[in-house]
Amino acid sequence: MADGGMVIVGAGECGARAAQALREAGWSGAVTLIGEESLPPYERPPLSKALMVAAGEPQVAHPLTRDAAAQKGIDLLLGARVAEIDREAHAVILADGRRISYVKLLLATGARPRRLAVPGADSRDVLYLRSFADALAIRERLRAGARLCVIGGGFIGLEVAASAVARGCRVTVVEVTPRILMRGVPAPLAELIARRHEQAGVRFRVGAGIARISESAGTVKIGLADGDEIECDVIVAGIGAAPETLLAARAGLAVENGIRVDDRLRTSDPDIFAAGDCCSAPHALYDGRRIRLEAWRNAHDQGNLAARNMLGGDQRYEAVPWFWSDQYEMTLHVAGLADQATKHVKRDLGDGAELHFHLAGDGRLLAASGFGPLGKVAREIRLAEMLIQKGAKPAPDQLAAPEVKLKSLLNA
Amino acid sequence: MSNAGWIETCRADEIDEEDVLRFDHGSLTLAIYRSADGKYYATDGLCTHEQVHLADGLVMGDIIECPMHNGRFDYRTGEAKGAPVCVNLKTYPVKVEGGRVLVQIG
Repeated sequence: MADGGMVIVGAGECGARAAQALREAGWSGAVTLIGEESLPPYERPPLSKALMVAAGEPQVAHPLTRDAAAQKGIDLLLGARVAEIDREAHAVILADGRRISYVKLLLATGARPRRLAVPGADSRDVLYLRSFADALAIRERLRAGARLCVIGGGFIGLEVAASAVARGCRVTVVEVTPRILMRGVPAPLAELIARRHEQAGVRFRVGAGIARISESAGTVKIGLADGDEIECDVIVAGIGAAPETLLAARAGLAVENGIRVDDRLRTSDPDIFAAGDCCSAPHALYDGRRIRLEAWRNAHDQGNLAARNMLGGDQRYEAVPWFWSDQYEMTLHVAGLADQATKHVKRDLGDGAELHFHLAGDGRLLAASGFGPLGKVAREIRLAEMLIQKGAKPAPDQLAAPEVKLKSLLNA
Repeated sequence: MSNAGWIETCRADEIDEEDVLRFDHGSLTLAIYRSADGKYYATDGLCTHEQVHLADGLVMGDIIECPMHNGRFDYRTGEAKGAPVCVNLKTYPVKVEGGRVLVQIG
């Protein structure tokens, strides 16, 4: 089977995109896409949002259906786990013993939710969100009137909080760091987002460590480090994700905050590539700093790029990191990495929408972030992304002025 | 010339050059475009991928880009320009009369 073909381990957005990109680039040999879940590849972003609140039977969208896979000659192996990579023989070995040989191998193994490590965290009332099955289990528990405690004020936690409010739950968000969205979202926007949640009735406990979780008489209690207790019916923990690197590490590939790849997405073995949430790559726009992203767009773009490079291409990964989060009627879009910025400029877009630009000491635009209605925010962030990509140094007073069109700065 | 099947949408000067505007008509959502050279076009308003309003996206040249997933379409023809979009957008005839943009939906 699939002798001398392209093999992709991991059938999420990234793997599914790469499989199709191999065909789009003209590869006519075998393509095998191996996924552990029994469902064909599906889109994860709606799991915490639309799927949670949709009336009727929850459904997912598939970037690659079984029919499409058959039509494109992609061998889709679902419910199959790769146990080992035999680099010497250029083959992957499945848990059931099957061997599939490869010319080039792509690891698109994704990430898995980090687990709470406090006493009582193994409770059946502590849920995590990664898969469709996880989303259905959470949805089932988010009944009107239920008390939800979200542990972790990151994207997943806040999206689930907003969805739970829409389902009539009472929601508390507990965050161990001093504010929500510490990672990747600048403070003024995080504040705006927190206020929107508070308007919806969400309560926040920030700077609050979790000491233990206990249960009695159908109620779950979260014991905080400061001695307080929060009572609830169900807990969703969104405390980050760990890259799925086990297979790579066991095969002796270099691992550094994810599977270590170069800017062509090659691992330390030139015949093995990695892409998406599972890998870290140096980024030219950010001084060659090694970054790992957990984002739909990154999975999609890296899947495309890895496929082309598996076929002998020599393209560098240099796309501006970009991610979004939908909460209530608002959306948060972030392009670029703001952590090295020394100057911050705000543009007021009206209707409660704000855009923030984050510049380096030398005036280069490093990142932009926006929160507000999609129609206010999305295209401005997209234009900012293009400014970032070309290394632009836009004048701060122009960035601050809503009447100055970003498009005009791009063409400047 | 008969205007049966045509609906009046926005004013022609409501849309900037190289920009797009959303127009709802009953259950129909349209995206109405004005190109850099001042021509008008109309397509279905929702992306064929995840039903996002295209008018919230960015127009660059002849391309409208979905604001969520960067799916791209040629708004003149509705042609989908590659993953994640693979289904073309429906387009509608457009004309400008008396400073208004008219779209033929029937």
